[in-house]
Amino acid sequence: MVTLKIDGQTVTVPDNYTVLQAAEAAGIHIPTLCYLKDVSQTGSCRVCVVEIGGRLQAACVFPVSEGLEVKTNTPLVRESRRTTVELMLSNHPQDCLTCLRNQNCELQKLARELNIREIKYQGERSHYPIDASSPSIVRDPNKCILCRRCISVCSEIQGVNILGARERGFETVVSPAWQEQLVNTACTNCGQCVLVCPVGALTEQDDTDKVWAALADPDTHVVVQTAPAVRVSLGEEFGLEPGTIVTGKMITALRRLGFDAVFDTDFSADLTIVEEANELLQRLKNGGRLPMITSCSPGWIKFIEHQFPELLGHLSTCKSPQQMFGALAKTYYPKKAGLDPARIVTVSVMPCTAKKFEAQRPEMRSSGYQDVDIVLTVRELARMIKEAGIDFVNLPDGEYDAPMGISTGAGLIFGATGGVMEAALRTAYELVTGRTLERLDFTEVRGLEGIKEASVELNGTVLKVAVAHGLGNARRLMELLRQGKAEYHFIEIMACPGGCIGGGGQPIPTNTEIRQKRIEGIYAGDRNMPLRKSHENPAIKVLYEEFLGEPLGEMSHELLHTSYTPRLKYKVALPSQGQERLAGNA
Amino acid sequence: MTMAVYRLHALVCAGAGCVSSNCKAVEAALQDELKKAGIADEVKVVETGCIGTCDLGPLIVVYPEGVFYQRLTPDDAREIVNEHFIKGRIVKRLLYRPSEGAEPVARTSDMDFFRRQYRIALRNTGVINPEVIEEYIARDGYTALGKVLSSMTREEVIDEIKRSGLRGRGGAGFPTGLKWEFAYKAPGDEKYVVCNADEGDPGAFMDRSILEGDPHSVIEAMCIAGYAIGAKQGFVYVRAEYPLAVQRLSKAIHQAREYGLLGKNIFGTDFSFDIEIRVGAGAFVCGEETALLTSIEGKRGEPRPRPPFPAVKGVFGKPTLLNNVETYANICPIILNGADWFAKIGTEKSRGTKVFAVAGDINNTGLVEVPMGTTLREIIFDIGGGIPKGKKFKAAQTGGPSGGCLTEEHLDIPMDYESLTQVGSMMGSGGLIVMDENTCMVDIARFFLEFTRDESCGKCTPCRVGTKRMLEILNRLTEGKGEEGDIEKLEALAKYIKANSLCGLGQSAPNPVLSTLRHFRHEYEAHVREKRCPAGQCPALTNFYIEPELCRGCGLCVKVCPENAISGNRREPHAIDTDRCVKCGACQEKCPFDAIVRR
Repeated sequence: MVTLKIDGQTVTVPDNYTVLQAAEAAGIHIPTLCYLKDVSQTGSCRVCVVEIGGRLQAACVFPVSEGLEVKTNTPLVRESRRTTVELMLSNHPQDCLTCLRNQNCELQKLARELNIREIKYQGERSHYPIDASSPSIVRDPNKCILCRRCISVCSEIQGVNILGARERGFETVVSPAWQEQLVNTACTNCGQCVLVCPVGALTEQDDTDKVWAALADPDTHVVVQTAPAVRVSLGEEFGLEPGTIVTGKMITALRRLGFDAVFDTDFSADLTIVEEANELLQRLKNGGRLPMITSCSPGWIKFIEHQFPELLGHLSTCKSPQQMFGALAKTYYPKKAGLDPARIVTVSVMPCTAKKFEAQRPEMRSSGYQDVDIVLTVRELARMIKEAGIDFVNLPDGEYDAPMGISTGAGLIFGATGGVMEAALRTAYELVTGRTLERLDFTEVRGLEGIKEASVELNGTVLKVAVAHGLGNARRLMELLRQGKAEYHFIEIMACPGGCIGGGGQPIPTNTEIRQKRIEGIYAGDRNMPLRKSHENPAIKVLYEEFLGEPLGEMSHELLHTSYTPRLKYKVALPSQGQERLAGNA
Repeated sequence: MTMAVYRLHALVCAGAGCVSSNCKAVEAALQDELKKAGIADEVKVVETGCIGTCDLGPLIVVYPEGVFYQRLTPDDAREIVNEHFIKGRIVKRLLYRPSEGAEPVARTSDMDFFRRQYRIALRNTGVINPEVIEEYIARDGYTALGKVLSSMTREEVIDEIKRSGLRGRGGAGFPTGLKWEFAYKAPGDEKYVVCNADEGDPGAFMDRSILEGDPHSVIEAMCIAGYAIGAKQGFVYVRAEYPLAVQRLSKAIHQAREYGLLGKNIFGTDFSFDIEIRVGAGAFVCGEETALLTSIEGKRGEPRPRPPFPAVKGVFGKPTLLNNVETYANICPIILNGADWFAKIGTEKSRGTKVFAVAGDINNTGLVEVPMGTTLREIIFDIGGGIPKGKKFKAAQTGGPSGGCLTEEHLDIPMDYESLTQVGSMMGSGGLIVMDENTCMVDIARFFLEFTRDESCGKCTPCRVGTKRMLEILNRLTEGKGEEGDIEKLEALAKYIKANSLCGLGQSAPNPVLSTLRHFRHEYEAHVREKRCPAGQCPALTNFYIEPELCRGCGLCVKVCPENAISGNRREPHAIDTDRCVKCGACQEKCPFDAIVRR
């Protein structure tokens, strides 16, 4: 522990603290911008400067030491911070009113906090084309303030390394290598960069207009599904505490928006578990490729396709719950409801930007149509609810429609890291042993530790499992697997830290504390469900009886399972000059 | 083995400057003529590193007398061989003349440029063939390393360097011994020694010359540093723009390894140390120590916050000692001659010598090494031969784009770390750019800021956006679009960037503006208020005037002026109507009396 003085106040903190952490401990607020707890600490924006020994230092990176004297509120400090933000604003489009991040922008907030009333230093602004090539993410480098949080999250947390700083000085721009468009890179569409962007430089592709159009069309029957993790975060967009379960209000809001049927992805999550648990048991029995790895996270799927294509055989062939739902919504559902599948528009509300990409994959048309037509993130749904003038917080609770709105706690916990594993184990245990599982909570696979392990005894054989969340952790696990050092039977991987509750389509901010609260919401929801095992879902039983036949059967194979595409780390066709060079070599 | 004895040695400067002016052709012609004359076994031609007088190349120095022949072409070879080498008659027409019409000077020992220098770092540069390790060894090379390994403890080595008073020659002037001690004391088994050869200041080339002319002096010193701090691996970070330095250094490393002077068990002791070259892509910011270390790690060369300092957490997170080329070049003489010897040279706080790269409006462009504390006047006028065309000295920029300017009133201050800082400039790496009376100081500040704006890595806001905004204001001023308040904005922004930037590049980028503002504020004010460039340089602000005392009223200018902007009575001084004048310059060209000036 070291003792230092901040603004005359004596503070004792651990000796690995930064001045910023020490100030926080002392209740002294230092404004920050590039700094982001658990993500980024580069000392580059200079907003958090404080005076130490007559010199300005960035509090976010300056280590504490015994007897240090820090001043956080001097004329020099205030003027410096203000000038720094003014300079940023001098190269920033002043279009706050029409910006997606209006009123949820850290730069805007800083300008207000620092009482900036004019921008003294005007000059040339950067002009870059907007990259809207990706179905998931839009990059507007004109709004970028070069805080580099996105680079940190993409390279250090996710280990994907798509974004980096290019050029230098005033021309510095954050972009993929060679300033290539996002769609041509190994970007996984996870959207973690969108979550950490303090301004509107990284946003989701906005598909709300497509949904409004479908809802307004009298000839369509618009069906919506809501992912497990949406119900514990949507409330945040309306001022509710993170983790508050708003399932009922969400259903009512969706009805008021005009959806013809409101269904639940938890239903198809239960279906995924039944198929996946059977697939695992079959692989165990028939000597299939092990460990089997989950396939519900589309960011993870694109990651493994680019980074470890030789390991694709380990992936479960099960489609994700979103896509199982889509395939049934245009086959089973219209058959049962007497509708023309051609008139059905399927919308999904996801905590995820990668789902937008997944829905457009060519493999995802097993109904004869695009199975999922439009994917909205939580943020987009919130914007639609606000635009419609719906007083969300005071809505009465609604209920999902049958049959595809019926679900169990096992489907719900898909939203948190370890949830798919836990749900699968609940079902696999009972399928194998024929006994009722007494202890439903597999707490070993819960929580925010990067890689979790557990072993479960199934009729005398020990099933070894592992769970990883965040692609950086996934990469570590895959390296082990590649080296033959991962002796597991079953692995769950989620692309986003914390699982879907930390997905790239979730409300901003999403940080460790908020993730934790959403996880708590998920497990609380599970505890309160009457049914907590997927195979006990009555609607699933009926589905097999009426339509699918049996798990892993012919219909399942056709509608619920898929295949994967090996992809290169870099696009084959390089930028024109590179192509010529390659051609020249050949 | 018997050693061949030669009657004469002809040293051909093969520094990068001379290579560019085709010294290789001169050398080949010389060899050819020697063969033709049948005296190839009497005269040895030696290729050396930079001799220092860069604008006089290609050049040779003939020993034992030390006769200096300059600006040679291959055609001159025959005359030198026949007259000098055979008949012993010096070829007068190829000698150096201190000024136009002056008597030629034959020997380097009689040339002020060489006579007034004190060469420690450059002791071998221009004297030995850098590609032959024996020549280095013959001049006490690797004796210092031998002494250290056989008779000195690590602590004694550090103490010797500390007592010598040697300070970092790369810019900041931090005491070298102290740096070594920090790295020595830093906990950790794995440590690194790094040499900063990313010389990037416009006009500075002393590090390049040392690497090209005496690479072993750096290798030997790095070994000594490795022994002192407990490192086994060294890196030389050298910019890709120095291919000759890279080539000669690689060769030297290879030779040293072959001789057991580098690598495993040096001199048969249990001390092992090796060196790897890392070639940088030529970003100025990579001369900043943390950016350099980041670049060695294979990442984009960007600075990182300090603390932690490299001595604690450097390359790959390990304790790292980082010194500049010229600093290392001073180590072996200190070990051999003792700290006391070194400490006697120079001034009280700045010991030893400093190499300056003298460029700009000066007669003798080149590399000079003088004791610390030598005055600017001695360097410019005695060694440098003064300002060309008899023009007046206006200012000298020291410390490159991070430094500041010195004016006439500073001509007699001693050139040492403290004195330069005191007058708002800095030693920097030793770049010295001389400017004559026709230099616009606003434009000079703009030039340097354009450089730092371009070279900013773009990581921190103050440097990235701040230098851009400063440059925009300076551009406005030189284009005659300056507004009241611009100077104050410039000053405020300059102080802000200095105080807030992440690394040394940003922290020093505004220096040229601040120092020119300090000494030449009136020039800035003239640009803003009078839309006038006092030095007559900024095109947008200059006008043509007729000097009445020179004008004879011949009327030629009136005839050529396409705008009828000139008027005056015959045989009386004429005048230009600046409102009508389109600044085509036709009148100035035509005037037989040089009466038309631009200002």
